[in-house]
Amino acid sequence: MLGGGTAGTMVANKLRRRLDDTWVITVVDRDDAHPYQPGFLFVPFGGPTRSLVRSRHAFVRDGIELVLEAVDRVDPAAREVVLLDGRLLPYDFLVIASGAVPRPDQTPGMLGPQWRRTIFDFYTLDGAKALATALRRFTGGRLVVHVTDVPIKCPVAPLEFTFLVDHWLRERGRRDATDLIYATPLDGAFTQPVASQRLGSMLAERSITVEPDFLVERIDGTALESYGGRRIPFDLLVTVPLNRGADFVERSGLGDELAFVPVDRHTLQSTADPHIFAIGDASDLPTSKAGSVAHFSADVLVDNVVELAAGRELTHSFDGHANCFVESGDGKALLLDFNYDTEPLPGTYPVPFVGPMRLLTESRVNHVGKLAFRWLYWNVLLPGRPMPVPPAMSMAGKKSPVTTS
Amino acid sequence: MPVTTLAGHTIHVDDEGFLTDPSEWDDELASVLAAQVGLTLTDEHRAVLEFLRADFHQRGETPTLRRASAGSGVPVKELFRLFPQKPAKKMAYVAGLPKPVGCV
Repeated sequence: MLGGGTAGTMVANKLRRRLDDTWVITVVDRDDAHPYQPGFLFVPFGGPTRSLVRSRHAFVRDGIELVLEAVDRVDPAAREVVLLDGRLLPYDFLVIASGAVPRPDQTPGMLGPQWRRTIFDFYTLDGAKALATALRRFTGGRLVVHVTDVPIKCPVAPLEFTFLVDHWLRERGRRDATDLIYATPLDGAFTQPVASQRLGSMLAERSITVEPDFLVERIDGTALESYGGRRIPFDLLVTVPLNRGADFVERSGLGDELAFVPVDRHTLQSTADPHIFAIGDASDLPTSKAGSVAHFSADVLVDNVVELAAGRELTHSFDGHANCFVESGDGKALLLDFNYDTEPLPGTYPVPFVGPMRLLTESRVNHVGKLAFRWLYWNVLLPGRPMPVPPAMSMAGKKSPVTTS
Repeated sequence: MPVTTLAGHTIHVDDEGFLTDPSEWDDELASVLAAQVGLTLTDEHRAVLEFLRADFHQRGETPTLRRASAGSGVPVKELFRLFPQKPAKKMAYVAGLPKPVGCV
């Protein structure tokens, strides 16, 4: 298992329960720091930073070896992993769960003299903390929230940040002095039609200007410049840098143009090598890069690996199920629930017609759900215990838009 | 799915005009589609379209702008020059492929 994050830890723990002692399970990660990434979103607004990072050891079951070393490369022909210190780890099956990494170095000018002075990210704990300081000092001007390119992990996070910063500035009487701008390479607030419309009108209601179809080429001092020749000046830029898979994936020839691992979207098996699987943000699955997807697909992956280990055909299939809480400010949140075939729709979750959570609608229960999730993450999800929600998406209780075709 | 006729070609399209059946596409239709978005095709355009169609045939989905650039060897900046403003959508439209779905 390459990667001891959300997906890797969960799958290793589940596999350890399912495979007998003749199977050795090894998790490799370069460090012993497991971050609770959903918590980073609240840090710029004074949210807690303690206990957002814990030891990976604490969440890996007995009977699993945890190796702390960076991966140099995978050699699929020899079926071995080469670690940076030269050690070789032979494998029968390999699961790549090395995630997606924000790469500010990939946009010219981003890591220049303005980095962490007027340019910030919040996808790293350091970045989120530095942004907290900058926001406290921010008295007004042009605040631009920016997405470099898709896909990104937690694709709703930049929208959430925008809603939260709008509310935060209003509470402090600084919103009138601020132009709030949301710049995205997409043609609207989000990709999926019903959700994009709903989230788009929430931006409009809050007087947030959307700059769609904006693909950044470089940052020139304190302005974003697009390939199309557009320019967006800023006093404070909150950017989501380009997301890429791990460098070793690229070095091993297992990645696409962004170093994500191409897999069969239903079995999670690598399209290049049947002994390799990929899960979570590291894969090229055409659904959200989100912990919920890692969670909903983990059982499918585990079942398929167990079948392959027993010399049988793969019979389990992932439906692309994702759900995401979207913080909308003022102690409220929305919830999106969707899969490969069905876009996010209004309704209730997890129990049809009952809830208690409401889909695509702002409510306090959703916000409380998002906060409560942190406890579930450390205590239920990572150990691989059953979550009180079904893995496959359900249409029950959802309202479909009128079909147009 | 609406059926439409464009310069003598009968084609199936979605409500934004993207072809829904890539097999209805040919080189002549490409020029007609290009004219619809104000473009005159050159060999540079055609090389990119060729990559798009080959990649779609292999993977079953319309490549992203980044993938089109990496795969065709044409820098993103050049793709913006060849297919101005919204290159990903214009390329897909002229190549007779489905509208690219931004990842979610």
